[in-house]
Amino acid sequence: MAETLTKQDIIKDENIVYKKTGLMTDKVLSYCPGCGHGTTHRLVMEVIDELGAQANTIGIAPVGCSVLAYEFMDIDMQEAAHGRAPALATAIKRLMPDKLVFTYQGDGDLAAIGTGETIHAANRGENITIIFVNNGIYGMTGGQMAPTTLPGMKSSTSPYGRDIKTMGYPLKITELIARLPGTYFVTRQAVHTPANVRKAKKAIRKAFDLQKQNKGLTFVEIVSNCNSGWKMTPVKANQWMVDNMFPFYPLGDIKVDGELVK
Amino acid sequence: MAKELRLMKGNEAVAEAAIRAGCDGYFGYPITPQSEVMEYLMAEKPHERTGMVVLQAESELASINMVYGGACCGKKVMTSSSSPGISLMQEGISYLAGAELPCLVVNVVRGGPGLGTIQPSQSDYFQATKGGGHGDYKLITLAPSSVQEMYDFVKVAFDLAFKYRNPAMILSDGAIGQMMEKVVLEDQIPRLTEAEIIKKCPWATTGKTPDRERNIITSLDLDPARQERHNLKLQEKYKKITENEVRYETIDCENAEYIFVAYGTSARICLKALQLAKEKGIKVGLFRPITLFPFPVNQIKEMAGKIKGILSIEMSAGQMIEDIKLAVEGKIKVEHYGKMGGIIPSPNEVLEALEQKIIGG
Ligand SMILES: Cc1ncc(C[n+]2csc(CCOP(=O)(O)OP(=O)(O)O)c2C)c(N)n1
Repeated sequence: MAETLTKQDIIKDENIVYKKTGLMTDKVLSYCPGCGHGTTHRLVMEVIDELGAQANTIGIAPVGCSVLAYEFMDIDMQEAAHGRAPALATAIKRLMPDKLVFTYQGDGDLAAIGTGETIHAANRGENITIIFVNNGIYGMTGGQMAPTTLPGMKSSTSPYGRDIKTMGYPLKITELIARLPGTYFVTRQAVHTPANVRKAKKAIRKAFDLQKQNKGLTFVEIVSNCNSGWKMTPVKANQWMVDNMFPFYPLGDIKVDGELVK
Repeated sequence: MAKELRLMKGNEAVAEAAIRAGCDGYFGYPITPQSEVMEYLMAEKPHERTGMVVLQAESELASINMVYGGACCGKKVMTSSSSPGISLMQEGISYLAGAELPCLVVNVVRGGPGLGTIQPSQSDYFQATKGGGHGDYKLITLAPSSVQEMYDFVKVAFDLAFKYRNPAMILSDGAIGQMMEKVVLEDQIPRLTEAEIIKKCPWATTGKTPDRERNIITSLDLDPARQERHNLKLQEKYKKITENEVRYETIDCENAEYIFVAYGTSARICLKALQLAKEKGIKVGLFRPITLFPFPVNQIKEMAGKIKGILSIEMSAGQMIEDIKLAVEGKIKVEHYGKMGGIIPSPNEVLEALEQKIIGG
């Protein structure tokens, strides 16, 4: 009779197909199951790990669901006031040009309260990387309308759906950013499927590689879900994102090598 | 060797002092009456002199948060502004205090409220010394009354800020910022190297090396017990600052029957009023708080036992007077005299107020 395999038999180097990067701490993620923040955190840390840049990287957490990003990322980090991460990053990079500096921000943080800092850091061509997680809603404060909330989309402060006439249009800040001469690489990605995760990681890697070459600001938007804010199951939220968010926020590179993609 | 002597505006003195104090970064946004600080810095090309970074930000919101970013890295960083701009910075200053970060904020005060006026005022005393932003915190606050002190206090403020890991403020006013006086300049202090910063500020975000845990700078702690402990620690620090860092100057206070308490420009007006009083045979002295936080409570309390009354002279509706009254504990009469809207009181008016409100009153 064949012996039964024990756990110990399986846990062997040659059997490893995937491993959590050492740059993610062992702290259990505080994000809702199915949320894109966790995957995005991991991708950023995998890239820093692959670049061997732990000792050389300073990250900035925003105010939003990812306010505690510093609990999960095993690098030196600063926690910014709501919307001001690009200002912090500007100073850090100017004062320590040899460091890799990135901000990690939600849509309310980056495209509402922090629009000024975002636009001006981009327009100055600061050599920083911005990771922008767009879930179309204010997750942390309980699902209020964000600058990126879609027309007709319900939130706790647009309970009958976003009315364009009174609440204004969703802001396509990434397209706006891409038009500024200070940005070099601007892309929009997603992390809801393995294929998308691979693409998103490539984009993040490229953004950091370009930062090392002092090319100007690099910007990676991750269109993400917020199943609790959208009041959907994780699976439904992802489908809703594909059906509704992607048509409005199409995935793909927007600016490459300093040139807008036609 | 004789020291270098220069005729300078107060605002220029701040800028030159910053370069010579080994400041790593200045981030600012123009506003009258302090724009000369950044203008002087830009003209001086400090990146060539010392490697200092000078950046014109898009707003005071950005500049104070740039200061935050730099301070997190253990860098000697500063900003300057005037009243409306300082109001805009309050959230950032609160974060700096909460995260225990050293930095220097210079406020060349103008009259308010609102857009107010570009003329000098002292109406930001409450904002500077009582917190200003949200939460229980204090700024180490220094009040220069000459261009020389504008120069000297830059280094003093940086030293205190790093000693206590706390933001420091120079609370000046439009008159001190704009006027020109002789300044004795100190020799250049070199900026710290990265290795020196790592040694001096082991808490700073300089990149996580294998020999230590990651450094995190945050003012957030959602656990009430820990947040309270943090607050208690801050209060302990403010107590220590209060015990150790009080600075003040006294002039003709020994045999005085009355005392003017005044800082900054008002103190200079009082100096002239002292002369006028002497001619009239009135025994009055000047007590000049140099640190507004920590306020010289004990010194004023002690003095109150020996005199008949205090006149607080402020270019405001009377803000510092509240601290004086707390120190005096009702033992003697304390009155306020001041002007608002950018008007500087004359020495004659000050003396008249003493005669009417304190001596005759
Ligand atoms: C000055 C200030 N205003 C408001 C808030 C409250 N607040 C915290 S998080 C947040 C919204 C965050 O939304 P977003 O940036 O989209 O990130 P998400 O939580 O969705 O990831 C708001 C409004 C705050 N902390 N500070």
